[in-house]
Amino acid sequence: MMAWPRRPSTQALLLLAACWAPAASAHLQQAEAGGLLTGLLHPLSGLDHVIAMVAVGLWGAQLGMPAIWVLPVAFPLVMALGGMLGFLGVPIPGVEVGIAASAIVLGAAVAFELRPPLVIAALLVGCFAIFHGHAHGTELPAGQSALLYSLGFVIATGGLHALGIGIGTVHSRPWGRQLLRAAGAAVSAGGAYFMWRAFA
Amino acid sequence: MKNASALRRAVRAFALLVLAWGCGPAHAHLNTTGVGPLYDGLMHFLTGPEDLVPALGLALLAGLRGAPSARRTLFTLPTAWLLGSLAGLTAAAANAGTLAAACWFVLLGGLVVADAKLDLRSMTVLGALVGLVHGYLNGSGMGLSAAAFVAPLGLSTAVFILVAVVTALVVPLSAYWARVAVRVAGSWIAASGLLMIGWSVRGV
Repeated sequence: MMAWPRRPSTQALLLLAACWAPAASAHLQQAEAGGLLTGLLHPLSGLDHVIAMVAVGLWGAQLGMPAIWVLPVAFPLVMALGGMLGFLGVPIPGVEVGIAASAIVLGAAVAFELRPPLVIAALLVGCFAIFHGHAHGTELPAGQSALLYSLGFVIATGGLHALGIGIGTVHSRPWGRQLLRAAGAAVSAGGAYFMWRAFA
Repeated sequence: MKNASALRRAVRAFALLVLAWGCGPAHAHLNTTGVGPLYDGLMHFLTGPEDLVPALGLALLAGLRGAPSARRTLFTLPTAWLLGSLAGLTAAAANAGTLAAACWFVLLGGLVVADAKLDLRSMTVLGALVGLVHGYLNGSGMGLSAAAFVAPLGLSTAVFILVAVVTALVVPLSAYWARVAVRVAGSWIAASGLLMIGWSVRGV
């Protein structure tokens, strides 16, 4: 392993060189790369999306196998259908209400440790995914690659599910179960806030 | 003694300096050597998701199916891609590329999600079809020229590298969660394909 230089003059030179570095401009924020970046950031830009996506992961982790992976697989597939409707300009009424409702219901499912059959859980998650997908699909910025935008928001959504599953693994610890239920209650409360905003 | 050592160091430094100044042009940019289109083909594959993602999907599927399927795909897909590209060189540019890619996204992503138990023959046919269709679409966009014959080689080399790397990562996976992670990646590919069909129908 390379040793860190001990001489102050060498250290100062390295510091100067580091400060001197110009911007690499390696991450282009226009054209195709812009579409990917916009897509990646889109699910993260709205807290209503974020808490609902994380709740999917939390619930999956709480339900255990096979829901832990069936729900995060079902969600993007159905979300894509919603996104496709959005791209095609097919209107869905009450998208914001649906997104807020998803946070309320999924948060409540975690808070109350609901354990419906897997098909019901997947259907419930899938229904809400339509609203999230439609919101993403209708907000494609003009001039950007729709494909990379789509890839970006699908990957970001999957990342949020993974975050939820990661947090949900505390379920196996004695204190984790209550913590997870509290997190579900917080998601539900957040959903209620967004519901109020949707009607305000 | 000390002076002799210092002298040796000075001579070496001078020699290095002379070598540094005396270096010739690297010819790293190969436009003048005729090999440039090879890298154009390679980069075309690696910088656009329309071709990269279906190849990735097929590689994931082949990896899930085990070493024999991975080995077969490693040679079937690049060969078919090369043949398709060469066949496409004489054809007019096709506009169906996006929709064709979208359909492959959905099909291959769906097969990965389902962890479809395809036999070796089916994997071979699938690899040949993906390679021929995408290669043909790539080739038809290049136009016929002396340099264009080199680009398909770059394309098929990139396909070979991708399949080799991805299958090498997926084949040894035996942990349940690791195979599930591959299937989740398949769902992302299928979802992107559905979205792509939407915007290609709309004509974004």
